Amino acid sequence: MILFDAVTKTYPKATRPALSEVSLEVERGEFVFIVGSSGSGKSTLLRLAIREERATSGAVLVAGRELRTLPDRRVPMLRREIGTVFQDFRLLPNKSVFQNVAFALQVIGKSRALIRQTVPETLRVVGLEGKEKRLPHQLSGGEQQRVAIARAIVNKPTILLADEPTGNLDPATSRAIVELLDRINRSGTTVVVATHDHEMVNEFRRRVIELDAGKLVRDEADGDYGKTTSAIPVVRIDEGDSDAEDGTPDAGSAGGER
Amino acid sequence: MRAGFVLGELGTGLRRNLSMAVSVILVTMISMYLLGLGLLAQRQVDTMKDYWYDRVQVSIFLCVEGSQYAACSGKATTPTQREQIKAQLEQMKPPVKEIFYESQADAFKRFKEQFKNSPLAEQATERAFADSFRVSLTDAGKYDVIVSSFSGAPGVGRVQDQKQLLDRFFAFMNAVSWGAIALSALMVLCAVLLMATTIRQTAFSRRRETGIMRLVGASNATIQLPFVLETLVSALVGASLAMGLLWATVSYGIGGYLSKALMDTAFIGMTDVFAVAPWVVGGVAIVAVLTSWFTLRRYLRV
Repeated sequence: MILFDAVTKTYPKATRPALSEVSLEVERGEFVFIVGSSGSGKSTLLRLAIREERATSGAVLVAGRELRTLPDRRVPMLRREIGTVFQDFRLLPNKSVFQNVAFALQVIGKSRALIRQTVPETLRVVGLEGKEKRLPHQLSGGEQQRVAIARAIVNKPTILLADEPTGNLDPATSRAIVELLDRINRSGTTVVVATHDHEMVNEFRRRVIELDAGKLVRDEADGDYGKTTSAIPVVRIDEGDSDAEDGTPDAGSAGGER
Repeated sequence: MRAGFVLGELGTGLRRNLSMAVSVILVTMISMYLLGLGLLAQRQVDTMKDYWYDRVQVSIFLCVEGSQYAACSGKATTPTQREQIKAQLEQMKPPVKEIFYESQADAFKRFKEQFKNSPLAEQATERAFADSFRVSLTDAGKYDVIVSSFSGAPGVGRVQDQKQLLDRFFAFMNAVSWGAIALSALMVLCAVLLMATTIRQTAFSRRRETGIMRLVGASNATIQLPFVLETLVSALVGASLAMGLLWATVSYGIGGYLSKALMDTAFIGMTDVFAVAPWVVGGVAIVAVLTSWFTLRRYLRV
């Protein structure tokens, strides 16, 4: 489904490659965590997979297409087979939940009848039924991420890529989001999640690919987060504080989106 | 891409960006109004040429007592000389079509009538006028035949061709109309720059939306179409308003005022406005589409 063969990506004016000779293969229906510290190349890997960037050398194959030689006009067709989710949700602030999800179908020319049928179905899958008319700022961070996930899967893509999907969410909400991604994976979609979240990776015990300074350093079928040191020191919060944070879910993270 | 969705997005876009849309509309309107005026002025020159060249006459001024014409040496034309000139003119048909004789007194009367609203009529004396033969020609271009035959002939003071006077007037009108067209070219440049700036600004303010469209696999055409349509609609509204202004100018300015004030001149009418309109509106559409296309290539990543 996704194949990287000796892929190197060097950004203009960069001192070292963002990805260096990375080879990996993700099979249809797999669930993969990509871990590594900030700047290790996780996001670059995802950007290469949706042809936001072109590899400097090596071959990238996604959904049967060779992306380095794929002409620009074919890129939209590739992206219709890939759902994408980000840390910052990227919802349209002046459109309702329903409209945000419907937008993804409208802009690729789907009929109104199909939209009326598919969008409520998808909102049910992500657990947002009854909130169709809310605007993004009326939702918690976890709910906003569910809208983003609904938008990513509403066109039934074969691959779902998530770049730090829980980066702005508290642990309990994060867990629920990963459970949702897991459920989507069980229905047959290939899911690739780039993350910093130790607990999530350790708990779900899925395949883990670890990047360090652009190099692939670990690829384990049943892995944990490992000893990756984050560039930003991780502050451990004791249980009491953690509960207090849970009491005000995501208000801070959602603020940046308005 | 569904038409309903496109129209909905177009309406939202124009509403959100109303002040920019209005500025594009106004600048387009003014530039197209000037261009239209320039084009209509040229058509006015053509209309007047057709009208006047049919009526153009060559005047052969005769000598009177104390005449200012050097060729007369202060002596009046004798009746014999006058008869000779008339006979010679009669022999020249064609190109001579008709011959009228206007006496000094008639010329003075006609002048007083024409300039009755001007202080000139008070100051003029009969002595400043002369007897003349006015000759209309089958072909206005053949006036030099008359000039060469009668210049310096006995009893002839001066031969004057009205066409030369008219040509000077038409040259002036042409210069004015080209001036209007040149001004409108500057305004079109302003309109193009304004459209480009508007698109840049809009592309920036909608980068989140276009980013999502790219991610979910919308085609380039789908992403760019709203920008092109918004520019096109604003520009076409501006061009239509300009056509309305031109219509009002011709209908009230010329039809309602000038043609009544100057009865003996041919003027352009509404058919001329309709003849100019497709060029102006079509030109605006092409300019708007090309401008958006170039700007989007540069400022909208797809």
